[in-house]
Amino acid sequence: MKKSIFLGTLAVAGLAAGLASAQTLADVQARGTLKCGSNEGLAGFAAPDANGNMQGFDVSLCRAIAVAALGDAQAVEFVPLTSQTRFTALAAGEVDVLVRNSTWTLSRDTDLKLDFKGVNYYDGQAFMVNTALGVSSARELDGATVCIQTGTTTELNLADFFRVNNMTYEPVPVATNAEGQQQYLAGACDVYTTDMSGLAATRATFESPADHVILPEIVSKEPLGPAVRHGDNEWGDVVYWVLHALIGAEEYGVTSANVRELAAAPTENPEINRLLGTEGELGAMLGLPNDWAVNVIAAVGNYGEIFEAHIGENTPVGLARGLNAQWTDGGLMYAPPFR
Amino acid sequence: MADTTEMPQDKFRLSQLLYDARYRSMTIQVVAAMLLMLSLAWLVDNTIQNLAALGKDFSFSFLGTTAGYDINQQLIPFTSQDTHARAALVGILNTLLVAFLGCILATVIGVLAGVLRLSKNFVVSGIMTFYVEAMRNTPLLIWILIVFAVMTEATPQPRDFREGGGAEMILWDSVAISNRGVFVPKPLWGEGSGLVVAVFLLSLAAIFILRRFARKRQEQTGQQLPVFRLSLALFFVPALLVYFIMGAPITLEVPELGGFNFVGGIQIRNSLIALWLALSLYTSAFIAEIVRSGILSVSRGQTEASFALGMQPNRTMQLVILPQALRVIIPPLISQFLNLTKNSSLALAVGYMDVRSTLGGITINQTGREIEGILLLGSFYLIVSLIISSVMNLYNSSVKLKER
Ligand SMILES: N[C@@H](CCC(=O)N[C@@H](CS)C(=O)NCC(=O)O)C(=O)O
Repeated sequence: MKKSIFLGTLAVAGLAAGLASAQTLADVQARGTLKCGSNEGLAGFAAPDANGNMQGFDVSLCRAIAVAALGDAQAVEFVPLTSQTRFTALAAGEVDVLVRNSTWTLSRDTDLKLDFKGVNYYDGQAFMVNTALGVSSARELDGATVCIQTGTTTELNLADFFRVNNMTYEPVPVATNAEGQQQYLAGACDVYTTDMSGLAATRATFESPADHVILPEIVSKEPLGPAVRHGDNEWGDVVYWVLHALIGAEEYGVTSANVRELAAAPTENPEINRLLGTEGELGAMLGLPNDWAVNVIAAVGNYGEIFEAHIGENTPVGLARGLNAQWTDGGLMYAPPFR
Repeated sequence: MADTTEMPQDKFRLSQLLYDARYRSMTIQVVAAMLLMLSLAWLVDNTIQNLAALGKDFSFSFLGTTAGYDINQQLIPFTSQDTHARAALVGILNTLLVAFLGCILATVIGVLAGVLRLSKNFVVSGIMTFYVEAMRNTPLLIWILIVFAVMTEATPQPRDFREGGGAEMILWDSVAISNRGVFVPKPLWGEGSGLVVAVFLLSLAAIFILRRFARKRQEQTGQQLPVFRLSLALFFVPALLVYFIMGAPITLEVPELGGFNFVGGIQIRNSLIALWLALSLYTSAFIAEIVRSGILSVSRGQTEASFALGMQPNRTMQLVILPQALRVIIPPLISQFLNLTKNSSLALAVGYMDVRSTLGGITINQTGREIEGILLLGSFYLIVSLIISSVMNLYNSSVKLKER
């Protein structure tokens, strides 16, 4: 009896939000806002600006999806999630899509019943230390105290890296990036480890970023991308193609500045025409208006513009395109054909 | 019984179920039970359906798979290659450790604060009132974070202990207080140390016997033995003698700086200290109030009578008031111990790897087994609570008024 009461309570607690039906697109449109699971604050990826408006690389993808589904870049409710709560929140239907530096892995894709819809940042795990320690390689970290966010792939990679290299370490688990940063700066850990992009973003907010180095070793593959619930393929398609419209737009030279002009009349390039809906009915196939991509690019820019505005080399975060360049430039960003 | 069977059948009408006082309470209970069962069935069914809709099954097999993560504080050996079940066990032991330490310290501080709050000295009782109110009226989480912040921000880093770093070890260079925790010497058990320990345990037993003997003697003859001084001698002398005869087999491994951190010795992590202190301070405020109410429940006449017999104030407290007050104190004290144990699940806030952080945190997160994990976690806290309260109930029945 006790046990069943407990199970019942659990059921209420866990699923009170109600399991979102398989009609996420229709739900979002009926609600009029998109619920986007995001960071609690990671400069360049998702953080409020001086006016309290959420800005960032991941935020822009949320806004792009909102434009496609609702025609309004402001119709997004950002739900801050920790690394521990994010997948549960998505599975329970508290958010429609999760764009939160989340790594695409097999077990998350299958066992956690998520679907990753492409990759918006190819990343890898790195280590950051204070220059005063005089460390120049991750292989010199034997015996170090390491701050890690719990519930991440980081945690597992870290255990593997130290074990494989026959080194010991003392893990200091933290729940959020903010906590990790505070502990690291207080010297409660020698090393802070997470995705390279996250380290760069965190370091950008330090008082003296030059006092900290990110060690050269990248110890894992962290393809970060938007995730949706497994089973709602229509919604998954929308998320997938919004991301790849941004990537494709950069490849074809469509920017927020010229998209209206290019969409005014069919151009020489049929791929651009189909992307922008001046040719064909691709929008209808996704259940979206035919000019969805025009509105998306006009509102947030193409992938390259978003990258440069929030995390590129001219921002405090200062990340190079690297793997995230277009495939035509030797990177991995590659949009399938729009046809 | 015989009467009812002989009653003519047609006399019973359905409306009697509602209007007849003999049946009404029965009817209400049956209906309530049915409604309860129905809603439970609905909840369970809902859970099962939703799990199925998500395509998830219900299984505990994840417990046998490799955990893959490391745990800093381990009372039993654990590596990332061990199973989730073992990670849960490591967490359980950490929970029990902090709960045990917390209950002891909370009781000590709580009794002190409760007694002092009754002090006739205005300053002392004022300070204690302030302490109790400040602790009781702020959330526990804040105290945990405050203690933790002090421990990490106000203490030196290990590298500051290097030559010229400005920090120094205390107690003849054997203890280091750093922002990674407190490093204390570790006893190394050499050959013959077993004998020392055995002698020490025997002395403890001897002290116990001595006290019983002294009490008996006092009851029979009225003569008192210098129990305290004898116990003290028994405590130290035999064990120390054997220790030196055996050639000092127990040595201390003093923590030393090595690489990034101190090596050797025992590391008491800041997370443990913060959680332990905060839980103890917070709970002690409640215990203080319980102790105070217990003492006040013993009528003043008892104190006066005891004084009239020539007893000193502290013996009056020990022999007259506390034994009676305990009867009032124990039952609410049990629930404070339960609270402390359950509150220890706030450990995650400072990264203390208790069972909530291992099984209920990382394991759930890496395996996606929320319902299973939370069920196990809930059952664990339930079982621990039941054990604590039954042990304390046993103690309670040993101190409560024996009615014959
Ligand atoms: N990619 C890893 C790590 C994700 C992660 O938690 N990243 C951190 C730093 S890159 C973050 O986003 N923290 C923000 C926050 O705590 O709000 C994963 O998916 O497990």
